[in-house]
Amino acid sequence: MNRKPKAPRWAQSLLERITAPHLREEIQGDMDELFHKRGQRYGYAKARLLYIVDLLLLLHPRLWRGEPTPQFKPRYSKFTDVPKPFLHPDMIRSYLTIAFRNLVKNKSYSAINIGGLAVGMAVAMLIGLWINDEVSANKHHKNYDTLYQVKMNQTFDGRRGTQDAIPFPLGAELKAKYPDFKATAMCDWGSNRSLVVGNQKFLKDGHYIGQDAIDMFSLQVLNGDKNPLKEPYSIVLTDETAQALFGDQDPIGKTVRMDNTVDLKVTAVVAKQPKNAGLQFDYLVPWHLQAAQRTDYIKRAEANWADNSYQVFAQLRDGITPEKTNAKIKDIVLKHLINDEVTQKSTKPEVFIYPMAKWRLYSEFSEGKNTGGFIKYVRLFGIFGLFILVIACINFMNLSTARSEKRAKEVGVRKAIGSGREQLICQFLSESLLIALMALVLALGLVFIVLPYFNTLTEKQLVLQIGNPLFWGILLIFTLFTGLLAGSYPALYLSSFNPVKILKGGVHVGKNASLPRKILVVVQFTFSIVLMIGTIIIYQQIQHGKNRPVGFNNKGLISVNSSNDLIDHFEPLRAELLASGMVSSICKTNSPPTQIWSSNNGWEWKGSMPNDKSVGFKTIATSYDYTKTIGIKLKEGRDFSRDFSTDSVGVLLNEAAVKRMGLKHPVGELVKWNGSDRIVVGVLPDIMMESPYRAVSPLTVIFEKDWVGTISVRINPNVAPSEAIKRITPIFDKYNPGFPFDYKFADMEYEKKFNYEELIGNLSAIVSLLAIFISCLGLFGLASFMAEQRTKEIGIRKVLGASVTNLWGLLSKDFVQLVILSCLIASPIAWYAMKQWLESYTYKITIGVGVFIVVLILALAITLLTISYQAIKAALLNPVRSLKSE
Amino acid sequence: MKGTQLGEFEELVLLTIALLYDDAYSVAVVEELGQRLERPMSLGAVHRTMQRLEEKGLVNSRFGESTAERGGRRKRLFTVTAAGEQVLQEARRIRNDLWADIPKAAFGGGVA
Repeated sequence: MNRKPKAPRWAQSLLERITAPHLREEIQGDMDELFHKRGQRYGYAKARLLYIVDLLLLLHPRLWRGEPTPQFKPRYSKFTDVPKPFLHPDMIRSYLTIAFRNLVKNKSYSAINIGGLAVGMAVAMLIGLWINDEVSANKHHKNYDTLYQVKMNQTFDGRRGTQDAIPFPLGAELKAKYPDFKATAMCDWGSNRSLVVGNQKFLKDGHYIGQDAIDMFSLQVLNGDKNPLKEPYSIVLTDETAQALFGDQDPIGKTVRMDNTVDLKVTAVVAKQPKNAGLQFDYLVPWHLQAAQRTDYIKRAEANWADNSYQVFAQLRDGITPEKTNAKIKDIVLKHLINDEVTQKSTKPEVFIYPMAKWRLYSEFSEGKNTGGFIKYVRLFGIFGLFILVIACINFMNLSTARSEKRAKEVGVRKAIGSGREQLICQFLSESLLIALMALVLALGLVFIVLPYFNTLTEKQLVLQIGNPLFWGILLIFTLFTGLLAGSYPALYLSSFNPVKILKGGVHVGKNASLPRKILVVVQFTFSIVLMIGTIIIYQQIQHGKNRPVGFNNKGLISVNSSNDLIDHFEPLRAELLASGMVSSICKTNSPPTQIWSSNNGWEWKGSMPNDKSVGFKTIATSYDYTKTIGIKLKEGRDFSRDFSTDSVGVLLNEAAVKRMGLKHPVGELVKWNGSDRIVVGVLPDIMMESPYRAVSPLTVIFEKDWVGTISVRINPNVAPSEAIKRITPIFDKYNPGFPFDYKFADMEYEKKFNYEELIGNLSAIVSLLAIFISCLGLFGLASFMAEQRTKEIGIRKVLGASVTNLWGLLSKDFVQLVILSCLIASPIAWYAMKQWLESYTYKITIGVGVFIVVLILALAITLLTISYQAIKAALLNPVRSLKSE
Repeated sequence: MKGTQLGEFEELVLLTIALLYDDAYSVAVVEELGQRLERPMSLGAVHRTMQRLEEKGLVNSRFGESTAERGGRRKRLFTVTAAGEQVLQEARRIRNDLWADIPKAAFGGGVA
């Protein structure tokens, strides 16, 4: 037999591969027949080419698709040409119907699944809203990308610090000499000032600010002048303030008296800034109003490059990169200090601009470098949210796979009657998607209910953005993702069963299937336990700070902002307050008892080095009765006294300052401040007026009669504070007519120092409680399933004489092992993470073994409690019943 | 036969199947039609069409004998069903009616 020419082998095999099985024979035959006919007619080379051309033209779905299922093969009906793939709408409807029936049939299982997922999703949603609020802070400003704050690095006492405080002339100089800057706006630190209209008195928080600020911060002028800070005697109110001061009247052109010293004309009303904005204010007044008000002081400040007392915002021109600008402006302050003292120059001031995008979340600096800031909490809670979601998804997977034995038969039967694997996967995925969707609805409801409380807790104004399509988009993707993630494992796992094996006598899925399930339980509990340990350590750290000796008596101590009237009438005010019997002592200081606003260098002492003059000592300025009013017990010496005229050059030091100066016998020692003598009259203990978690800074309390910011009043301990406040209010009103009587209790102010930590503590406590709750929900489901699975075993054991306790131990053992393992894994992780967290505190706890033991016991107790219900229920079951069948 | 849409190519293939009567299979249809239309036919197109015709119930198919030139594989032979015949008659009637009703003037008046 001569060798017959053949079509190219690759083309033949390709043909074999692409054509549908039921068409393969005839098509291959046709192709061969054509090939030979053409070969004889035109030669085999051309025939080969035509074979390939034909092959390409055969690439049509109709010819590679499988044969339609025989029973559906239509005979000239409207179903002609309608394919029946596994994603056909009819099939999807069928999936959903079956899924729904399954849910209803297993109510407790569905409830655990949907409830657990819903709680997880709700927490993740809340955290998402919270993170979104943090991340989107300041984005409402049109010039978000070009706005900067000018900052300065300076070295004091060997440490490179970063500060927002800059000298007065810097703002004007930047704008005048550097074309990079489109605008600059000087700004003060903002403080409560009294605004009076008629009989209405308010204390409102606002700033002196440069007139460019309106455009720079794209403040929305609702009413009035578009450039409202031009004239010095003008004031810009927020809509909220305008409403408070003027009600529904049009405020433009009306007069507001500020601090009972100056009348200002309202030139504009602007929209109130959102709560997460960096620049907050109730009103704004022109920067140059200060010059008109306090000429001498401002004149001095205007030329002083060594007085860092202000802040400045800057806007770069479009397309200018901050790096280049930074290089240009770096030495601008240093250059101006050329004629200044060596000490000022030795601080090596270095100016740079810091973008608005980083103001909120990256605000911490160490040694002149950015070290992050609040972003670490955003990340932390992002991880928390993810944890919770993962825990909830794991529940789902576990419960679904645990029930696989039950559903194995279903899968077997379905496969036997012709279900494809894709259809089974679709079936399981649609079940999980249905559950996720129901959970989403439930979660939305939960968030809706919980949001007001959450807002109170976090001091935010978060809203469900119902009208925002992006919000829904994210939610939907999030739900799909959750549903698919949660359903993926069961879907792939269950659909892989071999029908023959299942139907022949039940596969023992338990043995093989329980390992991944165990791993998931361990992962889940590891997460929960890490969160628990973290929460306890955060709580301990907060308590540690709270229990720290304060060093002064903050009970019954109030502080009142000073005003010119109060300062001018201090002696009669004091006399009248003491005479009322409501007050035991009163003093004036430059800052309230729970804060120290001032810091001064230029101190010299016996044995100090020239460089020591640049060391900044915290400063409290006061006159008489300071320690008595604040409630401080002196370590040595005495307070300033009216009996000693020399006390006007006296100074009190705290222990940290004594240590820093290295004084052996401080009392009576002569020190110098800016060249003039000061005599140490007493030593204070290290009182806690700043952060409860940091070391107490060296402090000097100086005698300065006229440097007053606050008036502190100690209420007579024999009088109820509310009564005292009621009685002294008219006295303050009498001497301070231009201001409302606004007082603050020192103990409450002190509590505020823990706000931040307490927020973190509360949030993590809630998250970890929920994590445990969700995990236990899953455990509960698993335990019930295990018990159900082992009904027969339990029955036999019971018949043979096992006690309820035995059986309880048998069923609980597995889970207890898993939880102990989780603890072992979680402990080092939590230890490391919390050690990192504690790094940022100087005054901190050491992590003890106790926490880990407590958490282990707690976790075990919770686990046993969860499981016991199911275990005991199973153990109490009458064995006759469980053994009767079969 | 309301609702039966017969494409032009479908009609041609169906007619060819009728023409070839007892030996109507894909290659034969390809060659017959290729000759008559004087353009090369794609085997794939013919296959698809015949399949579609069968799904519409206009043709029946059965396997014929195997031949050596087909590598020992069988061919699938088609016959027109009663429904197919009816559809063809209907199509023809419509065309005839249309032809009959064309006014003489339409084609330049020169055509008888």
